[in-house]
Amino acid sequence: MKHLLSIEDLTADQIHGLLELTDHMAEISSRPIPKVPALRGKNVVSLFFEDSTRTRTSFDTAAKRLSADTMNFSVSSSSVNKGESLRDTIETISAMGVDAFVVRHKSSGAPLQITQWTNASIVNAGDGWHQHPTQALLDCYTIRTALNRRDGFDGLRIAIVGDIKHSRVARSDVQAFAALGADVTLVAPPTLLPPALVNGNSPDWPVTVSHDLDSLLPDLDVLYLLRVQRERMDEALLPSLHEYSALYGLTAERAARLAPHALVMHPGPMNRGVEMVVDPGELPGSVILNQVTNGVAVRMAVLFSLLGSGNDLKETA
Amino acid sequence: MSTEARVVLNADDVRRALTRIAHEIVERNHGLHGLVLVGLQRGGVWMAQALAEILGGIDGGSTVPVGSLDVSFHRDDVGLRPIVPGHVTDIPMSLDGTTVVLTDDVLFTGRTVRAALEALNEYGRPRAVQLAVMVDRGHRELPIRPDFVGKNLPTSRDEQVAATPEGVTIR
Repeated sequence: MKHLLSIEDLTADQIHGLLELTDHMAEISSRPIPKVPALRGKNVVSLFFEDSTRTRTSFDTAAKRLSADTMNFSVSSSSVNKGESLRDTIETISAMGVDAFVVRHKSSGAPLQITQWTNASIVNAGDGWHQHPTQALLDCYTIRTALNRRDGFDGLRIAIVGDIKHSRVARSDVQAFAALGADVTLVAPPTLLPPALVNGNSPDWPVTVSHDLDSLLPDLDVLYLLRVQRERMDEALLPSLHEYSALYGLTAERAARLAPHALVMHPGPMNRGVEMVVDPGELPGSVILNQVTNGVAVRMAVLFSLLGSGNDLKETA
Repeated sequence: MSTEARVVLNADDVRRALTRIAHEIVERNHGLHGLVLVGLQRGGVWMAQALAEILGGIDGGSTVPVGSLDVSFHRDDVGLRPIVPGHVTDIPMSLDGTTVVLTDDVLFTGRTVRAALEALNEYGRPRAVQLAVMVDRGHRELPIRPDFVGKNLPTSRDEQVAATPEGVTIR
């Protein structure tokens, strides 16, 4: 594996392989001294053209636990502000000797484009509405450990609720969950569904669509809430946050109707009082902080597979 | 691959070698106090477990803690060979002040043991580390020697040696 751009590029076996490798990384993270020399001498540069706290620090922590050198490229203090193009920026940094770029960009496809301009490995850390593959992998790992589903998600019922249309997390999660065998239902108002799904099913989306969260709740194994992006309010896609919260928010009443084993997940950052009305700290099934912890281990596995592993994961599986 | 595997030790020989090693461990350490067995993933894990069982029988009912150690990320050849997922380190206690007996099936170049010594540091500072192997086949590339050996076996570099509870074979 040279790059990680999209969950679509991975086979189910490769996803399983990465999740198994993540077990090793989670063990490293639990040591008194959580650092191994595996990527000594490798240079990992994070290149974030969009804001981020958890993804950026998570990748940074992951690279450091593997003893890679890390460099943070911050767009606000760079020559991008002097009008330097993306291509020139990439070629300039590459010339300093880079083994991997971790890229977040507002344009879908930017990480793929960047692979043409450098010999370094590219990890997509979120591009537009398109993909956020490490988020999907950490979500899979969280479900796999919390529900003890090492062999796959056959028959697992997962609902993803919220702004599917603008969500790279939803796109990546649907592909990863479906590849592992889960039954995925998308719950959203029609204005926040991808156009392909508004009038029924689409071959690109292995999902069922519902507009009624309440009828689904008792049967779910995983309830995955997406962030309501407040900027969508300006586009008149939602009548009001209050109405969204009344129909799709996780209230105490709805939480009480979940099965006792059901997990509640959220990619963060959370809008309390909108999609998350209850305090997630009070929810027994909340694994939201586990997602953050697992994010580091999953990103260690990804960086190690790209930079440290002698062979492609599927050959070693 | 075409040549037949030759049996060097059978299952009974392996059991007897383990019993002797267990007694040597007790003798060297004046008992079992502060002793921890750590098997190297994957080949040394069965040996650590088997030794723990025998040691418990020698020193009336005392149990020796057993851990396992995956050294994949400490190897000096990271990147030259794939790592096999699914064999995770399990060291359930701090190693500060303990005497660790590392166990492995076959001692060859010594590079795995070097990686293990480095990996162990992350779990505490043992008072001493000793090395028990079922087979020492020579060809060391580092200044490392075993403290307890089941069988010294002269080999050529391209021969393959396997050591399991069922026996030791060479091909």
